[in-house]
Amino acid sequence: MAAVRSLAGLLAVLALWEAGTRIGLVDARFVPPPSVVLVRVAELLGQAAFLRDVIATVLAWAIALGIAVAIAVPAGLVLGSVRTVRIATRALVELLRPIPSVALIPLVILLVGGGPEAKITLAVYASIWPILYNTVYGLGEIDPLLTETARACGTPRLHIATSVALPSAAPFVVTGVRLSAAIALIVVVSTEFLAGASRGIGSAILQASSGAGRMDVVLAATLVAGAIGFAINEGLERLARRAFPWSTVASTA
Amino acid sequence: MEHRGEHGVNGLLLRSAVLVPALVTWELATRLAGSAFFPPPSEIAAAGARLWFSGPAGQGFLADTVYEDVLPSVVRVLAGWLIAVVLGVTAGIALGRSRVALDYVGPQLAFARAIPPPTLIPVFLVLFGIGTTMQVATIVFGALWPVLLNAVDGARSLDSVQEDTARSLRTPLAHRITMVVLPAALPKIFAGLRLSLSIAVLLMVVSELVGAANGIGYELIFAQRQFDFPVMWAWIALLGLLGYGLNTLLLAVERRVLRWQPSRAREAADVLA
Amino acid sequence: MSLLEVSGLGHAFPGGHRAIAELSFTVDAGELVCVVGPSGCGKSTLLRAVAGLLPPTTGEVRLHGDPVREVPADLAVVFQDYSRSLFPWLSTRRNVEFPLRWRGLDRAERRERAAEALGRVGLADSGERFPWQLSGGMQQRAAIARALVCRPAVLLMDEPFASVDAQTRLELEDLLRHVQREQASTVLLVTHDIDESVYLADRVLVLSPSPASIVADLTVGLPADRDQITTRESPEFVALRGEIARLLRGSADVRSPR
Repeated sequence: MAAVRSLAGLLAVLALWEAGTRIGLVDARFVPPPSVVLVRVAELLGQAAFLRDVIATVLAWAIALGIAVAIAVPAGLVLGSVRTVRIATRALVELLRPIPSVALIPLVILLVGGGPEAKITLAVYASIWPILYNTVYGLGEIDPLLTETARACGTPRLHIATSVALPSAAPFVVTGVRLSAAIALIVVVSTEFLAGASRGIGSAILQASSGAGRMDVVLAATLVAGAIGFAINEGLERLARRAFPWSTVASTA
Repeated sequence: MEHRGEHGVNGLLLRSAVLVPALVTWELATRLAGSAFFPPPSEIAAAGARLWFSGPAGQGFLADTVYEDVLPSVVRVLAGWLIAVVLGVTAGIALGRSRVALDYVGPQLAFARAIPPPTLIPVFLVLFGIGTTMQVATIVFGALWPVLLNAVDGARSLDSVQEDTARSLRTPLAHRITMVVLPAALPKIFAGLRLSLSIAVLLMVVSELVGAANGIGYELIFAQRQFDFPVMWAWIALLGLLGYGLNTLLLAVERRVLRWQPSRAREAADVLA
Repeated sequence: MSLLEVSGLGHAFPGGHRAIAELSFTVDAGELVCVVGPSGCGKSTLLRAVAGLLPPTTGEVRLHGDPVREVPADLAVVFQDYSRSLFPWLSTRRNVEFPLRWRGLDRAERRERAAEALGRVGLADSGERFPWQLSGGMQQRAAIARALVCRPAVLLMDEPFASVDAQTRLELEDLLRHVQREQASTVLLVTHDIDESVYLADRVLVLSPSPASIVADLTVGLPADRDQITTRESPEFVALRGEIARLLRGSADVRSPR
C-alpha cells in the first residue's frame, strides 16, 4: 500500500512540475518540464561520454570513501577509547571541522592539479569528520552495564573489546559511514562542477550550463547524480539494518 | 555527548595543552617547509589583522571589508538557515504525524536530499540571477533536508504512553503539536540543526564562489586568484571560526532548551528520596 | 440510571485474537470498583475501551447515558507507567496544569487549581521539580493530581500502583481512598493484585483469563474507614480475598484443564 502511495506521490509531483511549465508559472527555458528532462536522462544514459563521466564520479567517490574509512575508523577507535585524549582533541576537531572543503578547492587544485586527485583529496577531508565523530560517539555510548556484566562473567579484556564494545559501537560507525558517503558524493560532484578540470557528472553539468545553457541537460545530469546518491544511501541503510537488526541507533542525521 | 569533565577547568587546561603545541608545531613546520602555499600561522594572523582590524576608530577599528563582506555573508547564512529551519520543522512535524502523507512524499524527500546542492546553482542562477536571493535559495535547499528528515523522525517517535495520555486528556490539536509532539521531537531536531548549520555555511561559501559580488567566499577566491596566500588562509581561518562560533551558539541554545533532559541536568539538581 | 454503563462490550484485535468476551456491568456514582484478573486477560483492553481510547468491536459504553465514542469530557485516566505518562519537558506543576490550558482559565486560576490538586496528593512542595527528580511514588501522585485537576466524574486507573515498591503502594492506596471519599468521585481501577482490589473497593469484578468475561461481581462488606494493618487482618478481608483467589484459580482451571 505504501509503495502505491509513493508512486502516486511521485506522479503527482511530476504532473505539477509539467503543468507549471506549460502554464508559464515557471519559464520552460530555465526549468524544462519533466517530459523533456526525463527524455534527456534516457539519452544521457545511452551516451558513452556521459557514462564515462558517471564512472569517473563513482570511482572517485569510492576511493575517497575508502581512504576516509581507513583513516577515520582507527583514529576514532584510538581517540574514543582514551577519555583524556578524547577531551583534549575535541577542541581541535571542533575547530577544524567547520572549514568547508569547498573553500580549499582552489588551493588543492594548485597543489595537486586539476585531475581526480583534487576531488578525492577534498572528499576524503570532508568525509573524515562524520566517521571520526560517530566512531568516538559510538564508543562513548556503550552501555556500562554491558561491559560490567561481561567483566562479572570473567571475560578477558580484549574479548570484551571485540564482543561487547565493537558490536555496540558498530551501528554508530556505520551511520557515520553512511553520512560520509553522502557528503563524499556531494563534494566530488561539487568539485567537478566548481573546478571543471576532470571528468565527472559535475563537469558535465558545468559544460551544459555554460554558454547558451542547456538547462535540460543540467537538470537531467542533476537527477542522475541525485539518483546515485539516493541508491547509495538506501543501499547502506538496508545493509545496516540487515547487519544490525537489533540496533536502535537513529537512522537519520 | 557532553561529559562533565569537559566544561570544567580541567577540560580547559587539557584543551590548551593540545592546541598550543599544535599551533607551535604548525608554525615551525611551515617555516621549515618555506612553501608559499602554506604560510606560517603568524603571517596568516598578521594578514587577518590587516584585513579586518585596520579600520578607523569610528567603525570600532573594523575595516570596511568586515561590513562589506563578512556581514553580508553572515546574514545570508543565518537567513537561509533560519528559513530552512522553519520550513523543515513545520513540514517535518506535519509529515511525521501523518503516516499517509509520509508514504506519498517519503522517497522523493530522500531523493531530493541526495541531490548535490551545488549542481542546482545553475538553475538558481538563471532563476534568480547573481545575488543574495540565489545564495539564500541555495542555502535553503541544502540546509532543509537534515532538519526536515530529523523532524519527521522526531515526530514519529512519540512515546505511545505519552500519546495515550494526550488523547485521554482530550488535548486539542494545536496544544498537542506545540506542547507534546514538538518538545518530544526537539532532541532529534537539534541533531539535525547542527548538521544543517554546517551545510548552510558550506553552501554560503560555494554560492559566493560562483555567483556573488561580495562575501567571504568571493574574497577567498579573489585572494587565491591574486596568489595572495596569507590573505586566502586568513579567510579560510575566518570561515572555521565562523562555523565554530555558530555551532557553539547553537549548542548553548540546545543546552538551554533541552535542560529538562535528565542526562543533562543530573549534575545540577538533587533527587528527592 | 448508573453513571457508567457497559453493555455487551467485546473486542477482537485484527488478526482474530479476542481480548474481551461480551462484558456487561454498571458503576454507580461515588463507587470505587476494582477489576481484578490474571495477567494478560484483557483488563487493559477493557479499560481503554471504557475510556474511549479504543473503539470496541461489539457492545457499547455509556457515560451519563451518552454513548462513549472518543474520550468523554468528564473522564480521566491514570496509566501504570507514570514515568512515560508525565511529560518530561514540563515541571510537575506545569504537568498538572496541562489539562487546564484549553479550558479558558487564566494563568492565576490554573496555578491555583494545580496547587490545590498537588496539595491533595501530598506534593505541595514539589511543583517546580521535573518529573525525573521525583521518586516513583511521587510521580504517580503527580499523575493522579493531573487526572483530578479537571474534577472528572469518572477516574479510570490502569494498574496504577503496579510499578511502585510495596510500601509506597500502601501509601498510594490510602491516598486514593482518601481522595475518592473526599471528592465523592467514581473510580474504576484495574489491577492484578487481589489484596489491593479488596482493600480499595466497594465492589470487585473478577475476570476470567483471555478472552475476559466476568466471573463474579462481589460487594465488599468492609467498613468505609479502612486501615492497612487492621483491615487486612479482619476475617471479612481474609474471606473475601480467599474467595476471589479461588474464583481466579477455578476459572483458570476451566480454561486450561490440567
